[in-house]
Amino acid sequence: MTSRTSAGVRRHGDGPLLRALASVPALTYLVILMAIPLALVIAYAFLTAGRFGGVQGPVTLDNITRMFQPLYLEILVSSVVNAGIATAFAFLIGFPAALVITRLSPTWQTAALVAVVLPFWTNFLIRTYAWIVLLNREGFLSDGLELVGLGPVEFLYTRQAIILGLTYAYIPLMVLPIYASLQRLDPQLLEAAQNLGAGPWRRFRTVLLPLTLPGIITGCLFVFIPSLGNFVIPELLGGGNSQMIGNLIRDQFLKSRDWPFGSALSLMVLALLVIIVMLQASASRRTRKWGA
Amino acid sequence: MATQRTRARRASILGIAGAVCAVLLAACGGGSSGGEASSSPSLDPSADLSKQSIVVSNWDAYMDPDVALKFTDTTKANITVAKHATNEEIVGKLTAGGDPGIDVAFVSGQYAQALNEAGLLEPIDPKLVPNLANLYPESKNLAFDPGNKFSVPYAWGTTGICYREDLMASPPTSWNDILNPAPEYEKKTLMLATQPWLNLPAAKALGFSVNTTDAGQLDQIKQQLLKTKPTLLGFDDVTFYERLASGEVVMAVAWDGWCNYAGDPNVKFVVPQEGADLWADTMVVLKSSKNKEAAMAYINFMIGEEMQSWMTNNILYKSPNKAVAEKASAELGADYPNIAMTPADLAKGEGLIDIGEAAKIYQQIATEVQAS
Repeated sequence: MTSRTSAGVRRHGDGPLLRALASVPALTYLVILMAIPLALVIAYAFLTAGRFGGVQGPVTLDNITRMFQPLYLEILVSSVVNAGIATAFAFLIGFPAALVITRLSPTWQTAALVAVVLPFWTNFLIRTYAWIVLLNREGFLSDGLELVGLGPVEFLYTRQAIILGLTYAYIPLMVLPIYASLQRLDPQLLEAAQNLGAGPWRRFRTVLLPLTLPGIITGCLFVFIPSLGNFVIPELLGGGNSQMIGNLIRDQFLKSRDWPFGSALSLMVLALLVIIVMLQASASRRTRKWGA
Repeated sequence: MATQRTRARRASILGIAGAVCAVLLAACGGGSSGGEASSSPSLDPSADLSKQSIVVSNWDAYMDPDVALKFTDTTKANITVAKHATNEEIVGKLTAGGDPGIDVAFVSGQYAQALNEAGLLEPIDPKLVPNLANLYPESKNLAFDPGNKFSVPYAWGTTGICYREDLMASPPTSWNDILNPAPEYEKKTLMLATQPWLNLPAAKALGFSVNTTDAGQLDQIKQQLLKTKPTLLGFDDVTFYERLASGEVVMAVAWDGWCNYAGDPNVKFVVPQEGADLWADTMVVLKSSKNKEAAMAYINFMIGEEMQSWMTNNILYKSPNKAVAEKASAELGADYPNIAMTPADLAKGEGLIDIGEAAKIYQQIATEVQAS
């Protein structure tokens, strides 16, 4: 509350000119990196593919109608399902992990957070290649299972491998926002609930979960959105055995020189994500009301 | 190692590079381009090359890393080397309109053909590329550019099956051996994910052209691939030779040089009896180049003995330069069977050409097969 007031006071002191100037960088950023590209994508989606990529006339709705062919809808649905499952796993692993981290001493908290972020210091492609080494039938995982009489098993080139790869790649993005919202949680609330006789499950369900919901939703979005559009993991770990929407879009631009269709597909994904983010916004508004 | 990376990068666009590339392509705007004025002043054989400088764009690690030094030593012309990851990337750059700032580009033959049709390429001046005389006649008569009117081959090859001799009862001889594998090899085979090589085994097994644009034939190809898919371990352009080396896979559709990257003497290469393709990676000079004499000199330098020896010894692709290829065949042929293939064998392959609008249908087949 205090911060909001002081910001308000300062705003009164500043002239409108200064305020307008202050918004210039953000506006420039938005126009150049958001508005113009988005306008291009929208325009391209209604044009015809050029001989070498690019676009040309005439204006058409073909790209939009083509998107609704079962083939493409199935790819979209399976991408949503893959990304959804990866998000669920990331939550199931990330939430307890974040909870444990908040219980550590400050020094160990820092160490644990560094450990969570550490994989990001290695190139994404290399980390994905590492999974190939682990998952193939002659790899460590299969060899290990063979030792206990369960192998050999082929994990590579399966849908499960894709989901594993996505979960692994984005789990830090789940842990960090949940950790942040757990940090802000007043521990006295949990103590009060305990003193009033709430068991662990009840404390989790009625105190911990609702109060950290904004962080959870943010974490889920951070995992879901890049998972949905990812095309490297499906290609390397999925071995082309299942397509995701990211592969499909990438192929339109880099293989079939069909920028208009690629743009139309991008718009479809964008529309889907806008809906999801709107749902998230309304959900977090509701949780804020509970909090008050 | 660099050799492995080269093909891996060009075959499949991965990771950030791919994403950035897509974004850039999309942001750069229209690619509708027309040829520039076709009249170009005739080239001067006695031009002072030390006053010329060129920019060359090639796949990463596809030529001698000291090429710039060596070229300048030989010809006195200045050179800057740029990189592209894929044919599509460089074609996008060259067709985006305006001066791309590139004098010489490396592209696969069918892309050279398309660039020429767009009026972007300078005719090759044989007087300035005397080393053309040292190339195999077969390599100067490729389907996309008979007579080297606008392109000069840098490397050429074909596609076949890499297989584990020690893990198979008998070597594969037909594309059907991988399309309809014996039960013991099911889930132990890989195919390439990139077109037209995804279609190629089925096209050839059915007796069609690798460049077919016939809707009925393409549908039969698709049906065969849909039937084959459940028997495959997957589609892999990038690590298939590692899968062969580890023994997970006994057969993989592969570009000829790539079997060598497995580094395993049990991995053999065969071109099935139905035949395969004949691909070439070529060099082209852009019409927009302001230093065309140096550009021609560069092409001449790259098909000369020194640079061709580097290519065939390091990339393990076949050289179109007769003397270099014969020497490599004698020295490397025992270990790397593709290097020992004769140009007559190679020329049995069907030359890949630009399929134009049908590229979209090819990609749709790839999508349908992979999503099934």
